Amino acid sequence: MTQTARLCTASAAAILALAVVGLVVGDFPASARSAIATAIWDRGGEFDFVINTLRFPRVVVAVLAGICLAVSGALFQALIDNPLVSPDIIGIDTGAAACAVAILAIGLDTQWLPYAAFAGAVGTAGLIFVLSWRRGFSGGRLVLVGIGINALLTAVITYLLVRFPIERVSAAARWQAGTLSSSSWSDARTLVIGLAVLLPVAFLLIRRLRVMQLGDDMALALGVGLERSRLAVITVGCGLAAVVVAVVGPLGFVALLVPHVARALAGTLSGGVLLLTALLGAVMLLSADLVAQRLFAPTVLPAGVVTAAAGGPYLLFVLRRFNRAA
Amino acid sequence: MLRCHAVSLPLAGALLFCVGLLSLRYGVLGIDIATVWDAIWDYDRSDQGQVVVRELRVPRTIIGMLAGAGFAVAGALTQGVTRNPLGAPGILGTNAGAAFAVVTAIYSAGITTPAGYVWFAFAGALGATVLVYLVASAGAGGPTPVKLALAGAVVSALLGSWTAALLLLDLETLDQARFWLAGSISGRGTEEVELLLPVIAVALVVALFMGRQVNALSLGEEVATGLGQRTALVRAIAGLCVVALAGSAVAMAGPVAFVGLAVPHIVRSVVGPDYRWIILYSAILGPCMLLGADVVGRLIVAPTELQVGIVCAAVGAPFLIYLVRGTKLAQL
Amino acid sequence: MRPDQKPSPTLRAERLFADYGGPPVVKDLTAEIPTGEITAIVGANASGKSTLLRALARLLRATEGAVYLDGADICRLPTRSVAARLGLLPQSPRAPDGVQVEDLVRRGRYPHQRLFDQWSKTDEQAVEQALKLTGLVELRSRAVDELSGGQRQRAWIAMALAQDAPMMLLDEPTTFLDIAHQVEMLDLLARLNQTEKRTVVMVLHDLNQACRYASHIIALADGRIEAAGRPTEVVTAELIERVFGLKVSVISCPVTDTPLCIPYRHNY
Repeated sequence: MTQTARLCTASAAAILALAVVGLVVGDFPASARSAIATAIWDRGGEFDFVINTLRFPRVVVAVLAGICLAVSGALFQALIDNPLVSPDIIGIDTGAAACAVAILAIGLDTQWLPYAAFAGAVGTAGLIFVLSWRRGFSGGRLVLVGIGINALLTAVITYLLVRFPIERVSAAARWQAGTLSSSSWSDARTLVIGLAVLLPVAFLLIRRLRVMQLGDDMALALGVGLERSRLAVITVGCGLAAVVVAVVGPLGFVALLVPHVARALAGTLSGGVLLLTALLGAVMLLSADLVAQRLFAPTVLPAGVVTAAAGGPYLLFVLRRFNRAA
Repeated sequence: MLRCHAVSLPLAGALLFCVGLLSLRYGVLGIDIATVWDAIWDYDRSDQGQVVVRELRVPRTIIGMLAGAGFAVAGALTQGVTRNPLGAPGILGTNAGAAFAVVTAIYSAGITTPAGYVWFAFAGALGATVLVYLVASAGAGGPTPVKLALAGAVVSALLGSWTAALLLLDLETLDQARFWLAGSISGRGTEEVELLLPVIAVALVVALFMGRQVNALSLGEEVATGLGQRTALVRAIAGLCVVALAGSAVAMAGPVAFVGLAVPHIVRSVVGPDYRWIILYSAILGPCMLLGADVVGRLIVAPTELQVGIVCAAVGAPFLIYLVRGTKLAQL
Repeated sequence: MRPDQKPSPTLRAERLFADYGGPPVVKDLTAEIPTGEITAIVGANASGKSTLLRALARLLRATEGAVYLDGADICRLPTRSVAARLGLLPQSPRAPDGVQVEDLVRRGRYPHQRLFDQWSKTDEQAVEQALKLTGLVELRSRAVDELSGGQRQRAWIAMALAQDAPMMLLDEPTTFLDIAHQVEMLDLLARLNQTEKRTVVMVLHDLNQACRYASHIIALADGRIEAAGRPTEVVTAELIERVFGLKVSVISCPVTDTPLCIPYRHNY
């Protein structure tokens, strides 16, 4: 337990350090001191716009979105007992993307985009629930139905991308890669509301999940109501993923990868490990966004591309370890 | 049993013939059967309809047939060898590898014709599959079916994200690649056919003779070894066939999903679990599905066209879900 | 002694039918589990032993009839309150990758924890007691998947012990164990029965072990009870022939005086 506590403290410190870096670097470099001062107690001044309208909300959104994604991934992987499951693989993100790409490609008012994306994610999750329900839930069936829905929605997106003029299509493609560059305080507020509702529930579900990991028979024998618990875990997991995709677009690999890192560092699922997972999610997204901003500066990459490029090789490594265990 | 399957073989052949005819007949320009007939047997260069058939639709139909057979037979082999009902060449990374290679070719070498994509797509599919195989072979126990599927999923996801990054860096690349990525058999010439026909033909013939070996292997590694099979060798030959077939198919038609997954399942529900028949029928019904989807795509949003990859996914995804909801896959 | 000693509940099946979505596997079965004793369920393959056990543990819903725990229909009781009275160890359970012995055992405390409860002193005591009884104190921080087969089975028993249910149901607890570990496992269960008055119900393949350790035997054939009672009273050559279709000679065990079945050779 102390090991987990130490790791959590270290992650929190890393978040603070990365947040400061996020405030400082950019096309208008500010000193750490004046950046922090401008952000927290000394509003106004020469950096006010750069810090308080551009960089500070972006840092906050990265932290919150990272927490959401990592916790969502941890819930799904614990539920389905497969290290390669995450909400994006079963099509939650694709559902949001289909709606968002439709708005961007057809050229509708983008003010509705976050709502449409959220509706798309929730609607897709609902569809997957309904279609994979057959005398109860099975994790495997849920994943396979998700893969099918994912393919269908991908076809819809492909159609939209082929059908409409390239200028609008490119905006859609950019959104699809997931970017934090236009984050605002209202985005942060949306994420805070989502986290305030869903994160406590996620922590309360941990005890159940720990028992459910022992297998269906064992969980039933220990008094876990399986169907209700599964529904609760999936609802919370999908909810967290849906809020993020609505605000910043699909960000691959964070949900898939961070739970692995947390497990490798601190062991099997527990409340402490979930906390560590959440913090590491923030660390990963913050650093990915910094790399995305600065690597090819002044060209800014979408953060999603960086998380994917960095996450892939690590995942191969995880797979090799998984191979050894199997 | 055996007689029954042999009898329905001409039926499947007739179905393929009809779909082929439909593919020659329908399109943006409606052409009657007589003109199609003349274009093939009594070609008159001055008749516009005949030129369309001869220059555009004949290559398109041949490509559709070859790609359909390639995807379907590769799918059947994959399902048999990996003992995974969700086995399809796409799962082993061929589609993602081909897409990555083609997008790279467009981005860095400025190649813009389907004929130019062919070798890149083929090489990409080959490279990705080899990578998947190597990753799955790492660790104890060699490349077991589960490890192959997992490695394929990871490599596909990785290549997919890199492809997305390339598409974002350059507007023109996106504009070029989006049509290829949708999966399409329009605008292809005889050139691609000439390049890939030998590869696909050899692989098809080898695959047709592998039915008995796949039957043994589909009982499991240990049983197959017990029956005196050199499983590693059979697996390697089957793997080469899959790469050759799926690689050629994706090079010709782009990343079309679901033909490789769905056709072997449909065939299995008709002819049972004998891979000698499954492979043979897949080679005939695969083209039917791909060409059928292509004809639907031409007609459904006329006067424009819907890419065959989109139609296949729209038909195939509900089929997959139906399959998953059935009791057969419940244990997965 | 268990931290909070509760009287063992009563468990009985009445006119029970159960199936897996096909033809009935358990048919019109009525049985009473004697409280405070060891009951062994025996029978040929596919005679419905595991099905009966699963129905008794409410893992399988009866299609007709019912299972009554302390007089109430077990499927209508809150699942958590059942879990506090009735523990179950399924056949070859699977632990999550890398989980440690102590972590596994702690998960058995689930039915005793309410939503906002902290880990309590009683929880800690129950876990310690379970580790001690199964001799796993030294192995507590080892990963379960690194243990030997016998140790792993003991870890699962420890988890079921931490659940602290006065009645335990076990599905073939000795499979995959060698003869020494089988005896060790059954001795442990016998000790739990004697010192803590826990009721034990288990499916056993080995008829002689069942006779030796159980004070009550339920012999199933084709989903029905063929005989039930004390081993010395019910286990006869004639019963074995009816249940297993095997000719045996039943003698008295020289070590424990329980019935011992010696099969004849088939002469074709």
